[in-house]
Amino acid sequence: MTRHLLSVADLDDDALRSVLSTATEMHDVQHRAVKKIPTLRGRTVINLFFEDSTRTRSSFEIAGKWMSADTINITGKGSSASKGESLRDTVRTIAAMGVDAIVMRHQASGAAHQVADWFDESGVATSVLNAGDGTHEHPTQALLDAYTLERRLGSLEGKRIAIVGDITHSRVFRSNVLALPRLGAHVTVVAPPTLMPSGVTAWAAADGFALADDLDEVIDSGVDALMMLRVQRERMAGGFFPTPREYTVGYGLTRDRLAALTAHNPDAVICHPGPMNRGLEIAADAADAASSLVLDQVSAGVAVRMSVLYHLLASDGTVEGADLRREGRATKGSHA
Amino acid sequence: MCPDSPPPQAPDQSPPNREVLSAGDISRALRRIAHEVVERNKGAGNVVLLGIPSRGVELARRLGALIAEIEGSEVPVGSLDVTMYRDDLRGRPTKTPHQTHFPSSGVDDRVVVLVDDVLYSGRTVRAALDALADYGRPRAVRLAVLVDRGHRELPIRADHVGKNLPTSHSERVTVRLTGHDDVDDSVTISRREG
Repeated sequence: MTRHLLSVADLDDDALRSVLSTATEMHDVQHRAVKKIPTLRGRTVINLFFEDSTRTRSSFEIAGKWMSADTINITGKGSSASKGESLRDTVRTIAAMGVDAIVMRHQASGAAHQVADWFDESGVATSVLNAGDGTHEHPTQALLDAYTLERRLGSLEGKRIAIVGDITHSRVFRSNVLALPRLGAHVTVVAPPTLMPSGVTAWAAADGFALADDLDEVIDSGVDALMMLRVQRERMAGGFFPTPREYTVGYGLTRDRLAALTAHNPDAVICHPGPMNRGLEIAADAADAASSLVLDQVSAGVAVRMSVLYHLLASDGTVEGADLRREGRATKGSHA
Repeated sequence: MCPDSPPPQAPDQSPPNREVLSAGDISRALRRIAHEVVERNKGAGNVVLLGIPSRGVELARRLGALIAEIEGSEVPVGSLDVTMYRDDLRGRPTKTPHQTHFPSSGVDDRVVVLVDDVLYSGRTVRAALDALADYGRPRAVRLAVLVDRGHRELPIRADHVGKNLPTSHSERVTVRLTGHDDVDDSVTISRREG
């Protein structure tokens, strides 16, 4: 693992497994009377959000606070960026204050990478965590999705997961297809042709996921999890589908599709990264169903972000050995 | 346990890999510690054993079985991971924490016996005390270790010791336990590499 987390690809297999394993222990902190551990005492984390956010920003703030880090929130609207300050000046100013990490959300794809490059070039020690950059990636969302699915389904080895909806604009999809296949899941991406990114066929072959454009066929084939994506109207400049109603008929998780999903697999679960457009990509019945993991994902978001902050800020960035829960230990015996 | 940064020492003349406790020695030491715990607490009715991962958990499990054998009643056994409370995380590889599991009895107003394999600098135990305080308020906290190898860096001592083992910083103490390492129980001492 590097000192930045910009993409799921920054995590090697040991780091990916270690982040998920550590999140399990961090989840327990949420249920303690004293929700505080001293791991990041003395560290300072800035949440720098140029886009609106409820879940990601608050969960990063809670994660930092529960680990005893000092966390400060800065929004684009309330910062000097609104006066015309460049991104470079804004992040260099923050880094100059001696902060240990910047958790950044930005509307431009690649923004977090650019900031990390600036820091690396100028020898700034501040870590950068990508909390979503345009339509590029949202690594901690994919990690919490994987964590939530593992908690409910057990190992993801061989599990069939369909990611459905606005693929073109989805950073959640882009991070998830880098994470879920590495954990053994069979991922199928379902979207209307107008919401599939160009070149996706070669991309699917390279990253190991399947493509489909008929949601009913995918549901009838039997899936273990449906991950519904938000239709991101704020990123749409043209007509990707004729009407919202038509989108729902073709690709929404309607009451009928929920019934079909459960009929084919009673244990199938539903995910959504939020915020949900109820009635558009997901019906209220599905969002509130017993098989819906939406709130589990929110809860897991804190645990996973605690784990990520721990991995980035509490060590030298490498992972000691392999996952401790794996069978077949690399070394025998404790040493002291 | 985690090795602490050793200061330079004179070269050691001991054999490269010496067994200091056999499986039989470990078994006898644990039985003695079990009796000590019962005697010290005038029974085991209020005792909770918490093993410090990883091998402390196996040792706590064995102690619990021995105390149950002596007293005729079960003793609550759990585990307490201290990774997030360590003071030596920075600048080292990330440690993936083990599971913390508390018996349903909890620890409030109980006598908690922390169990670990090797007591060295005392920093692991310090972290365990901090962690324990976040979970509750035991009536007393005691420490049982299989091996005390000395070189304390904090004012911490064990209440129950399987073997006091004088060592130099240039030596490594290795504990192996059946049920954890899939090999026979042993404690060996060897020269540190590098």
